[in-house]
Amino acid sequence: MATTLTPPKPAAPPIDARFHGHGNGSGRNGFGGSDGGPHRQYSEGAVPERVYLTGIWLTIAGIAMLFAAFTSAMVVRRGISFDWVDTQLPHVLYFNTLVLFASSLTVERARQSLAAARGVQFARWLYGTLVLAFGFLAGQLLAWQQLVARGVYVSTNPSSSFFYLLTAAHGLHLLGGIAALCYLAFHSKKIARQLSKRVAVDATVVYWHFMDGLWIYILVLLAVRF
Amino acid sequence: MAEAYAEEVHQHEEPTGFIRKYIFSLDHKVIGKQYYFLALFSVFVGMILSWLIRIHLVWPNAHIWGLDKLSSVGAPGGAMTPEYYLSLLTLHGTLMVFFVLTTAPQSGFGNYFLPIQIGAEDMAFPRLNMLSFWVTFLGLAVLVSTFFVTDGPPIAGWTSYPPLSAVGSSSGPGEGLGQDLWVISIALFCIGSLLAALNFIATTLELRARGMSLMRMPLTCWSWFITAILGLLSFAVLFAACVLLFLDRVGGTSFFIPGGLIVSGKVMNHSGGSPLLWQHLFWFFGHPEVYIAILPGMGVTSHILSCFSRKPIFGYKVMAYSIMAIGFLSFTVWGHHMFVSGMSPYTAFTFSIFTMAIGVPSAIKTFNWLGTLWGGRIRYTTPMLFAMGFVSLFVTGGLSGLFLAQPPLDVYLHATYFVIGHFHLVMGVAAIFGIFAGTYFWFPKMFGRMMSETLGKIHFWATFIGVYCIFMPMHFLGIAGNPRRYSMFTDNFLVPLMPVHKFMTIAALLTGAAQFIFLFNLFWSVFKGEKAPANPWQATSLEWSIPSPPPFDNFGGKHPVVYHDPYEYGVPGASKDFIMQDSPEIVAASGD
Repeated sequence: MATTLTPPKPAAPPIDARFHGHGNGSGRNGFGGSDGGPHRQYSEGAVPERVYLTGIWLTIAGIAMLFAAFTSAMVVRRGISFDWVDTQLPHVLYFNTLVLFASSLTVERARQSLAAARGVQFARWLYGTLVLAFGFLAGQLLAWQQLVARGVYVSTNPSSSFFYLLTAAHGLHLLGGIAALCYLAFHSKKIARQLSKRVAVDATVVYWHFMDGLWIYILVLLAVRF
Repeated sequence: MAEAYAEEVHQHEEPTGFIRKYIFSLDHKVIGKQYYFLALFSVFVGMILSWLIRIHLVWPNAHIWGLDKLSSVGAPGGAMTPEYYLSLLTLHGTLMVFFVLTTAPQSGFGNYFLPIQIGAEDMAFPRLNMLSFWVTFLGLAVLVSTFFVTDGPPIAGWTSYPPLSAVGSSSGPGEGLGQDLWVISIALFCIGSLLAALNFIATTLELRARGMSLMRMPLTCWSWFITAILGLLSFAVLFAACVLLFLDRVGGTSFFIPGGLIVSGKVMNHSGGSPLLWQHLFWFFGHPEVYIAILPGMGVTSHILSCFSRKPIFGYKVMAYSIMAIGFLSFTVWGHHMFVSGMSPYTAFTFSIFTMAIGVPSAIKTFNWLGTLWGGRIRYTTPMLFAMGFVSLFVTGGLSGLFLAQPPLDVYLHATYFVIGHFHLVMGVAAIFGIFAGTYFWFPKMFGRMMSETLGKIHFWATFIGVYCIFMPMHFLGIAGNPRRYSMFTDNFLVPLMPVHKFMTIAALLTGAAQFIFLFNLFWSVFKGEKAPANPWQATSLEWSIPSPPPFDNFGGKHPVVYHDPYEYGVPGASKDFIMQDSPEIVAASGD
């Protein structure tokens, strides 16, 4: 006779008793499949937020691995050979850092404005963030231009290779954030009206802060002399 | 709000036009089939390449019909040059590892069945899902295009070690545009895989139905989930490596190219790079990749063994924890691919210990599979045969891994046929058996018809015996010192081994021919197979609770609630010998 090695659990109690009336019984509702006992309770709005936010955190994990690989390559490349000559960083990078840091503050103010139901201010802070974001990118291009003027190109030295590589990779990922900011800015009125759209703001803000932190990490990596 | 979410994220209307329904579809089931057929195309191209490789090895002067049409330079008059042999070897490996073993079990079956098995209507991000497939398709198109560029596909192998892969066309045919395209293709594949991994993880974490706790998920879902985590963490690193390699090739940088390198009598204008840096980055991806290929096969095997033994899987929780342990350990062992690179013996010892540690969760899984079979009322269906074949191949191929995990032995066996025999059995053929098992098992659900069991069994026995005939002798060849990557065996010590090679080539041709039985069965059954009921195997997981094939939104507007563990077979006191996960049937817990 066949045995059951995982004894079957009693059938679940009625849905209403188990889930406290939240959701609509949908498989989509993100209950996370608890199997009895006290269940996590989510506000209705938490469901979409969680999916998008999970998505953005996973994106961040992937990007972090990409830059971890670049970092590892840089540390190894610097350590194994005798041709490494540190590239003197253009001073404009420090100004750019302040600009990007300011953009993190403005995007945070945008989120706060939305939470306080101040739609007009929400849009203004978003546009302010966009101006700062484009300012940062322009500053990065200026840094490149200054290096080129000094005769420092991608292939000049391994340190300059990593400089261009890391700043370009960060800039490209920042463009993704800028695209999201543009979407939010163009749809700011709709977002201010529709609660379900607010998760897009939260996800963008998390990503933008990560871009800010990532840049500071890159700057330290490039600036520190081992 | 939940409705708003459903409207925005999932409930894309069922499309009616051909393009949106079958080409640029957002439906995870269509995308799953797209991945499956992409892998099917790749596996047959890869298999034909392996035929050409094997024929060249034993009959190096053979004029192969039509080969000169593919490349008049690489195969003048149909006789392959040694360089073209390496080109075909490179494409065989790249197609099989990336576009078959990584694609079919995870992106193919996973896309189709993960949402259904956890009770969801679709993946978390359907548009991202479509994008991942088309980026992967583009990657394949770029790779296949290397056949048609002037100097042919690259010759640097699927691992593309620099400096050969980095210094450009002066290092050999295919190392110009062909190698550029290879790097672009793999970079595209990485992007597609990263997007897919993100989607799989978010779907598993967030879209499970009521009652579907993590520990109630079928082991298939566990394997897709952990595989996706491995993919997210490892493909990002391979992408970084591809960017660096591409810059070395076209940007004049020196990440991987050492100084003073002379290629074809010319001093390279590079300095100070390290080819070993590529090896570290590549294998940091490459070893998890082995498990990306095999973990879904383990999940499918567990699922099928339980179903056709009519017993619960032996030690469900331990099986799930073993998948996690294998996933974690896979990131700690990449150095065992580099024992001959001159690494410190202490480092090699560390990698060796971690490598052998993987044997622990692997053995747990194997014994649990045997425990599942023990005392079961086994139904020898085609999917069951392939699942049992998977266990056999995984054990056979895995045991030789213990040899290679020891640095002193690896120094001798490295770059011999022993390694080829090992990884083809444990990573290649075992994973392919997982794909076959999944195909025969899920075909009724995917296409609404049954495959021919007779043809399936002929296919199984021909393939099972065939692969052992091909790959077991490779171990003996390796012990005899037969190097890999040689295009001809003309050295004195290799000539006596030629009869073994001829045997393997004939076995490869026959085993390959048997795959056309499968191909016929597949396409014939799509149109002419017997109509499949909703649950032809009397299985328990959610995909069998819905019609075959499933409706557009999977559950026909209903929302499943899960009451049971995934492998409730042979439950004493139950009305049938199985209880479906969404069945509200109450059964008192009892033992034997």
